Amino acid sequence: MKGAGLIESLLRVGRKLATPKYTRQYPEEKPNLPARSRGRIILTRDPDGTERCVACNLCAVACPVDCIKVEKTETEDGRWRPETFRINLARCIFCGYCEEACPTSAIQLTPDFELAEHQRDALVYDLPDLLIAGEGKHRGYCYWSLAGKAIRGKDKGDAENEAAPTDLKDLTP
Amino acid sequence: MIEALKIGMLSAILIAGLLVVAGVFTWAERRVLGLMQERLGPNRVGPFGFLQWVADTVKLLTKEDRPPPGADAPLFRLAPALAAAPIIAGFGVVAFGEGLAIAPIDMGVVFILAMMALTVYALVLGAWSSNNRYALLGGMRAAAQMLAYESFFGLSLMGVVMLAGSFALSDIVSAQSNLWFIVVQPLGAALFFLAGVAAAHRLPFDLPESENDLVAGFMTEYSGMGFALFFLGEYLAILLVSALAVTLFLGGWLGPSFLPGPIWFALKTSVLAFVFIWLRATLPRPRYDQLVKFAWKAALPLALANLLLTGVVVVGGGL
Repeated sequence: MKGAGLIESLLRVGRKLATPKYTRQYPEEKPNLPARSRGRIILTRDPDGTERCVACNLCAVACPVDCIKVEKTETEDGRWRPETFRINLARCIFCGYCEEACPTSAIQLTPDFELAEHQRDALVYDLPDLLIAGEGKHRGYCYWSLAGKAIRGKDKGDAENEAAPTDLKDLTP
Repeated sequence: MIEALKIGMLSAILIAGLLVVAGVFTWAERRVLGLMQERLGPNRVGPFGFLQWVADTVKLLTKEDRPPPGADAPLFRLAPALAAAPIIAGFGVVAFGEGLAIAPIDMGVVFILAMMALTVYALVLGAWSSNNRYALLGGMRAAAQMLAYESFFGLSLMGVVMLAGSFALSDIVSAQSNLWFIVVQPLGAALFFLAGVAAAHRLPFDLPESENDLVAGFMTEYSGMGFALFFLGEYLAILLVSALAVTLFLGGWLGPSFLPGPIWFALKTSVLAFVFIWLRATLPRPRYDQLVKFAWKAALPLALANLLLTGVVVVGGGL
């Protein structure tokens, strides 16, 4: 009979009144996002507490919406570091290309997504807003102990896994 | 003079009450629909989200509301009022309890039917004056739908009128003190409910609005208070159809004496209003030619047969 399906669907829908609901009441019940989900951008530090960022600008180049601005400076001991590091999170699309481009694992995206602000200006994050105290996802990695560049306390050839520099004027093999 | 003042006061109270009830009904509908769709529905404003309708009202009141370019502005303004006012007027004759009607006129049933039929003018006027083709399509569907359901709306309840021997709502309720008319008129009740769903423009017969194919049908161009008035009319129409169905078929205010009559009336009406929401959550929308075909080829003959049978029984002295 034609009406039977109608009654059946009515009963099926009516039964839904008592079934558990899928709604998660967000502000009270926080979502447990995967560790690799992309939210707030941070700048991490080496295990010894120095900044990882070497102001190479690769993240700013990789950024498809041009929301990163980096200006380089050099410290007295020869390290490169960012003088300004500014991310306009109002423009950021959280694609994570900056994280992929970063050679020193400095810039990382975290699962924190609660970035809402009342003023747009507040969404422009500067170095102090971005820099965190820890190492983020890449534990134990220290760029300057692996890099070939000479800095104070570490000459060329002193880095981990690095051979002594070749003397180009020497003819011996 | 005193009498007129009294009626005016009562009407004001009734209208205020109806506005609140319609608001609460929108909240209840959203909650029930949500639960039936395995979500929660609005639950933030006030306890259980109960004050959602207040927030919605404030939002609608403060929204910009102006006719679109090319619209017929006076008609555009008039249409929403025409949609809400007849339905509110229809509530004037509803008997909420023993002697509890503002205007207990003899032709109560006919008056309510007439008022419900008037709303279609509002829909067509609103649709025409909007200068929008979706709205116009919705308005034409409203007219077609009205011609469809009106064919058996009145006839379906004529059996009840014959059994009760009166068009007055209170007489019809009194005639049901032994047996509700839904028991002796099941076909009439079913047809009446179907026509009522169509008259209130509710899913599965919300063809004039039909948001999936006509944006919002006749109220595409409306916002703010115009939109709110159209919706007020729609929701009050649901309640009016429910109240009329309760009066005609479910014994009106009659019920076990541990609750007063008006409470019984409200309870029964709420149950029917819940059925409206339930139908909306379940059923898809037919094409409007299907509705017209069903109305003229199936429902109208059935209503006539029902009327004939009832006539034979009444005149034959079977009851």
